[in-house]
Amino acid sequence: MLKTITKTLVGAVFAGGLLVPHAFAETTLNALFMAQAAYSEADVRAMTDAFTKANPDVKVNLEFVPYEGLHDKTVLAQGSGGGYDVVLFDVIWPAEYATNKVLVDVSSKITDDMKKGVLPGAWTTVQYDGKYYGMPWILDTKYLFYNKDILEKAGIKTPPKTWEELGAQAKIIQDKGLLKTPIAWSWSQAEAAICDYTTLVSAYGGDFLKDGKPDFQNGGGLSALKYMVDSYKSGLTNPNSKEFLEEDVRKVFENGDAAFALNWTYMYNMANDPKDSKVAGKVGVVPAPGVTGISEVSAVNGSMGLGVTAVSKHPDEAWKYIEYMTSQATQNQYAKLSLPIWASSYDDPAVTKGQEELIAAAKQGLAAMYPRPTTPKYQELSTALQQAIQESLLGQSSPEDALTTAAKNSGL
Amino acid sequence: MSSTWMTTRAWLLMLPLLVVMVAVIGWPLVDTVGLSFTDAKLVGTGGNYVGFDNYTNMLSSSNFSRTLVTTTLFAVISVAAEMVIGVLAALLLNQQFHGRAILRALMILPWALPTVVNATLWRLIYNPEYGALNAALTQLNLIDAYRSWLGEPGTALVALIVADCWKNFPLVALIALAALQAVPRDITAASLVDGAGPFNRFRFVILPYLAGPLMVALVLRTIEAFKVFDIIWVMTRGGPANSTRTLSILVYQEAFSFQRAGSGASLALIVTLLVTVLAVAYAALVRKTAGSAA
Repeated sequence: MLKTITKTLVGAVFAGGLLVPHAFAETTLNALFMAQAAYSEADVRAMTDAFTKANPDVKVNLEFVPYEGLHDKTVLAQGSGGGYDVVLFDVIWPAEYATNKVLVDVSSKITDDMKKGVLPGAWTTVQYDGKYYGMPWILDTKYLFYNKDILEKAGIKTPPKTWEELGAQAKIIQDKGLLKTPIAWSWSQAEAAICDYTTLVSAYGGDFLKDGKPDFQNGGGLSALKYMVDSYKSGLTNPNSKEFLEEDVRKVFENGDAAFALNWTYMYNMANDPKDSKVAGKVGVVPAPGVTGISEVSAVNGSMGLGVTAVSKHPDEAWKYIEYMTSQATQNQYAKLSLPIWASSYDDPAVTKGQEELIAAAKQGLAAMYPRPTTPKYQELSTALQQAIQESLLGQSSPEDALTTAAKNSGL
Repeated sequence: MSSTWMTTRAWLLMLPLLVVMVAVIGWPLVDTVGLSFTDAKLVGTGGNYVGFDNYTNMLSSSNFSRTLVTTTLFAVISVAAEMVIGVLAALLLNQQFHGRAILRALMILPWALPTVVNATLWRLIYNPEYGALNAALTQLNLIDAYRSWLGEPGTALVALIVADCWKNFPLVALIALAALQAVPRDITAASLVDGAGPFNRFRFVILPYLAGPLMVALVLRTIEAFKVFDIIWVMTRGGPANSTRTLSILVYQEAFSFQRAGSGASLALIVTLLVTVLAVAYAALVRKTAGSAA
């Protein structure tokens, strides 16, 4: 009994302690980031340290979660009365966050210099209904990475320009016994699978929605899933792809077990680092291929932005922090794992040096970025599509049937 | 001392705990019941009254029935395996041998690990590219090539059950081991003299002493297995193709990913009701076994 009382008291004191406002003059910001792809945790900490050094009256607490937890953590914190001032958000969430008032409208804070300097494609990441809900920060799309060594051994001169060609080249590599399953994807039941699918939808000229209703079950959307299933069934795709996330793809590629892999920008410099990678120096990167007669290249908009939450008590300091993190100077300094949102950075030798191949691929890929649908019900749509993709890969359902069911379950 | 004073004192002593329980369990429960009759979102306004719509929608959806089957399979198989392995381990650890104390301590380890750590470890073991299980099975020539254990609907649930068993059988073993200490030595000695074989000795001499404590373990484990969330969320997130999605994951998706607090609440209450029915049935069983053992 006494123990229970003590515990209760300790608990009450502890809980109370959290509620007591800090007695210092300084402001403490809580920021939520992800520990996966793009900027590494170390990069974000270094950027933040530089910010707090320049602004000694502001303290920033950083929290990192895997991408899979980012959305739910943000929403839950909001639902329970807040906790974060600054949150990282994916391009697919502004519609939902704006509708449910998770983020504040910062349209008035976007300066003309920002509007002029930032690549037009990057703004779609933070816009909904004509308003701005943050600053774009990570400008990213999925590229086709290839192992130069394996392609050379297979006698392949240039990386594939179309998805069909990708299959043909993979077949050559397989036939020559260089690799059993040359292509690696991230098709786990997660958003990662949707990003690969979207890349293919853009290649096949498909639509997710038409007049607000699902349209992915027809035309390009269907062709995209059929391509995935064919590649999987033909044995050219690593069958474990269906439980891979991006980090698994990176490990397989870095181990030399994939000739081709679809992944984000960050893999380029990581796979070229001889400390962890067996394929350092042999990493090739091109925009994801197109489809003859429909597209030259394909790309998914996988960008992310930083926003101020509606419950933040320090929105001005929070915006100041975002301005610093997204500034051209900061982004140019850390341009190895994520490329800047600023147009002129792509011609700045400080950024391009040593990664000319990536920059060349980025110029094409970023211009072709295709968005996932903008709808407050995105999570339901995505969940239904993830199921459709996995059922088709596992042969539980045909791509036609799976996508028709997904359209019904999409909540739209 | 009068009995009224005894009663008053008992209530007074329990009062602080009751207040805390009402605050952290009672009130949220009532709030959830209210929420389950609305179309409320997770954030924003309270939502409108929709009657039993959430319940009828949930109970009639194919998602729910499929998930209920998956959850039941997971709970029944993993708890049954944990009970058998737990009792066998306890019988072994009850023998006299050198190093027994170390083994007993080691056995607790899996149970003492946080579930998320355990799940991450097993993900590595099952890894299709460099996992220890694939390496061991190929080296023993039991399989020809590395396989994707968590990527196939046929093996994913089994793989999860194995991981859950590894973590939770020590609890059963611990409870059984404690009960075994209470079996009087003269009775086991007498049964030996009477010529009872090992199985009969276990069945008629030892098991009656274990029955009560094992029932408690069974109740605890079944309820927990029925509510399973973390180990599956970390290992498969309900995949592949939703073949390992359990009721708790469905609740989480509905309430938090899709932000439909109303229907999420109704689903959570359905799960609570199912678990309560199980708990009451078990409690009755425990009383019966305890009664017959005494």
